Amino acid sequence: MSLWRQLRCGLHSLIYPTRVDHDLFDEVRQYFEEATAAGMARGLSAEEAERAARLEWGNLTAVQEQVRSSGWENAFRTFAADLRYAARQLRSHPGFTIVSALTLALGIGASTAIFSVVNPVLFEPLPYPHANRILMIWNTYQGARTEMAFGTYRELRERSRSLETVAVFEPWQPALTGGAQPERINGQSVSASYFRVLGITPVLGRDFQTSEEAFHGPKVVILSNGLWQRRFGRDRTIVGQQIKLDDDGYTVIGVMPHTFENVLSPSAQLWTPMQYDLRQLTTNFNTSEWGLHLYMAGRLKSQISVDQCRQELDQIARTPLPEFPRPRQASLRQGLMVDSLKDDMARSIKPALFAVLGAVLLVLAIACVNVTNLLLARSAQRRGEFAIRTALGAGRWRIIRQLITESLLLGSLGGALGMGVADIGVRAVVGLSPAELPRLGAVTIDPAVFAFALGLTTLTALITGLIPGLHVSRDDLHGGLQQSSRRVAGGQSRTRRALVVLEVALAMILLAGAGLLLRSMQKLLAVDPGFNPSQLLTVQVQSSGHQFDDLPSAPGSGSNARRRFFQQALEAVHRVPGVQQAALTSLLPLSGDPPWVSTYGSRFENEEAQGGHNVFRYTVSPDYCQTMGIPLRRGRFLDEHDTARAPQAALLSEALAKRQFPGQDVIGKRLHVGPADRPWYTVVGVVGDVKQTSLAVDQPDAVYLSLEQTWFADDTLSLVVRTRGDPLSLASPARNAVWSVDKNQPVVRVATMDQLLAVSEAERHFVLILFEAFGIVALALAAVGIYGVLSGGVTERTGEIGVRAALGASHGDILALVLREGMQLVGLGVLIGLCGAMVASQALTTLLFGVSQLDPMTYLGVLVLLGIVSGAACGIPAWRAAQVDPSVALRAE
Amino acid sequence: MSDGNTDVIQGTLDMLILKTLDLEPMHGFGITRRVEQVSRGVFKVNPGSLLTALQRLERAGWLDSEWRQTENSRRAKFYSLTRAGKKQLGIETADWNRRASAITRILKAEG
Repeated sequence: MSLWRQLRCGLHSLIYPTRVDHDLFDEVRQYFEEATAAGMARGLSAEEAERAARLEWGNLTAVQEQVRSSGWENAFRTFAADLRYAARQLRSHPGFTIVSALTLALGIGASTAIFSVVNPVLFEPLPYPHANRILMIWNTYQGARTEMAFGTYRELRERSRSLETVAVFEPWQPALTGGAQPERINGQSVSASYFRVLGITPVLGRDFQTSEEAFHGPKVVILSNGLWQRRFGRDRTIVGQQIKLDDDGYTVIGVMPHTFENVLSPSAQLWTPMQYDLRQLTTNFNTSEWGLHLYMAGRLKSQISVDQCRQELDQIARTPLPEFPRPRQASLRQGLMVDSLKDDMARSIKPALFAVLGAVLLVLAIACVNVTNLLLARSAQRRGEFAIRTALGAGRWRIIRQLITESLLLGSLGGALGMGVADIGVRAVVGLSPAELPRLGAVTIDPAVFAFALGLTTLTALITGLIPGLHVSRDDLHGGLQQSSRRVAGGQSRTRRALVVLEVALAMILLAGAGLLLRSMQKLLAVDPGFNPSQLLTVQVQSSGHQFDDLPSAPGSGSNARRRFFQQALEAVHRVPGVQQAALTSLLPLSGDPPWVSTYGSRFENEEAQGGHNVFRYTVSPDYCQTMGIPLRRGRFLDEHDTARAPQAALLSEALAKRQFPGQDVIGKRLHVGPADRPWYTVVGVVGDVKQTSLAVDQPDAVYLSLEQTWFADDTLSLVVRTRGDPLSLASPARNAVWSVDKNQPVVRVATMDQLLAVSEAERHFVLILFEAFGIVALALAAVGIYGVLSGGVTERTGEIGVRAALGASHGDILALVLREGMQLVGLGVLIGLCGAMVASQALTTLLFGVSQLDPMTYLGVLVLLGIVSGAACGIPAWRAAQVDPSVALRAE
Repeated sequence: MSDGNTDVIQGTLDMLILKTLDLEPMHGFGITRRVEQVSRGVFKVNPGSLLTALQRLERAGWLDSEWRQTENSRRAKFYSLTRAGKKQLGIETADWNRRASAITRILKAEG
């Protein structure tokens, strides 16, 4: 009740200040009039009575002020006054205001943008119910994660007690026909439990049923909301209808909600149940039921920790049961790896994200230091003003409060502008971001990000305001009135110098990081991929349809149709004007395509039956190596004579040949690639090594086979086309050439090799660009900081410089004086920064390639750059100092 | 807030105001005069403290105020005790008596 009254009265006096003031004035005046009247009643004259009343009670205004300052609204009123005054201050110094606000906006905006990208991956929970109970489970091979076999899934599903649900899934890329153009859709083939593990159900229709997992079960499909919108116009009657995928009719049974974010495969737009043959699990270990190509996710039972589950699965892996036989490749002898989905997802990208986050916080720190410096300089100029306010009765705390109000206002201004910067920044970062960056769709300026920005703004404003504020209170304020403004305020200038040193050190750390990444990129791009990537167009084509099925009635007819289609497509592309050479391959280097689709076990004749190891198997048309520019080391290339009827021929990569047969002639040796029940391949030649997955990764073991001599025809091949002019100009003629053969075959990807190369290094490129941008900003801010402090110093010391000049110091002497002072600060900053950089660059090690984190060339380059820029920043004030005319300077004193 | 008056400490001032207004509604100077008269000049009331206290007591809901003509036809703000104010006066008076007698006992014992 009384709280409400308090609030009402306070608000009343805030809203109607004049009326309330008026009443108060009336009341006080009436009081004094009564007092005077009382005096007169005692026999005093009117003037005497009034004087007596004043003497006894003090003056009217003071009483009024005392009453007015008693309510809670008074604190608010003071704040509003402070705010008004601060706004006036900022308005009257537009240069200072603009520079500081923009600096803060840059720092806050960049940090906010990066946070919005990092937040969904590192901090925010995944968008599933009880997301922390979702796990990823991997097979282990030599300490690395590998995919699972269906057989392992079945065993874990039956035996595990700590998991509520387990699901497996693999990419599925069917061709959707029936529209204007055939389209390959990214989808997933999943166990029926897939959406139960994620905890999401379709918004329309129903989820998969376990019965749909049966071998040769019904063909059903669930659509993503995006695909439903794009291809089916949000038609609600789609559920129950059939759509054509790879020439088969699939019944649509459901549509996922539009809020469903599939972090396990962000590009997947439809799902179908996987239908493996359970009978094969015990009878034949050579079928796809035992192929290692499935990913596994699970949902923990409640009350069970990830560690408990890990222990249980380890225990299961160590104790095979007779009813769950395991072939060699799925023996689980090396154990299983279990991680929460969130950790698993962020695992590879984490170092990059933390590096970028660290970099942007450095930029923010530099921005804060700069603004603090500017505020210090301003408060040095305002010493007179503070002294007057103190003389008029303002306490220290009052002045600190005023300064903090000013910096809060400045910070809010910077924060508001910063949101604009963040918005642009988010778009830029999303545009730049590599495909490896998970949850890109979740990157927005949401409440969490906004709260982050708000907190950051307040924090920066408090820090930048408090330092000058404390300085003011430490100074003898009364001295300010007498002191000539030209004299140096020692303590404050020391702080400003320290801040410049700090700024240079921070910039040095950032630049060293940027330099190391730049050198890595240079080294990486200098790596020879093993083929000639220029003027090379690549066209990936998928063959789909029942005409390519190998039916039991006509074995091999489908494969032959497939080979014929690709051969015709190749010939059609050959005829396109501007094409120099063209060839086909099952596996395209640096394409980003999953390498496991073409990784097979191989065994040479001289190795024992259980031996052998994995190689990349390239099935290629005869001219492939020539078209790619892969050099021949020994023997011969594959040619048109290596047909299905000819002896089976193979080319080896140089590294594989050298390792298997050191010092021997490898030509004529024989090996198996893939199934062991086929005739041996005979080595006819050795070709140069090629980078397959990344320029940074050496995986040179490769075997090249003729398309006609493989045990099955790959359904997806890439055309590589060496062009005369710009390869991109042939993109659409090449695509049309493929469709001239069969217009129902989807062209999956058309890209130049240069584009693919850029994509393959996208993650490094992403971090590099951000570091470079932040490095440049840091350098500019540091230069502004150095310049500001020195030029302020020169202005303050004009008199001193004049005296020196008058006593015979030459221009050169004065130039050197200021330069030395500036470079001392820079030198100290560089020294500290160097130590900092050596420590901080450890965070970058996983992102570096070919350079040590202590690479002397990089550090030298950064030193030179910093030296030049800071030299220029020192040079301008030094030159100004040298121009000081002694007679003018001394007269001013 | 009331650093100008050391004679009448804050709690006492509130009580004195409430007690004075218990007799009849009064304006600010009227309260001052009454307190001085009744205390035979022992207590001097500072107008700043008094008006501040009146504002506080009014906001606490113990006083109501109203602009009226005085007997010498000046416009003045008259304060009157509310029901809550009467209750508060009772509490403060009892509290004061308890403390005053305690202090008196202590002084007697020492004397």
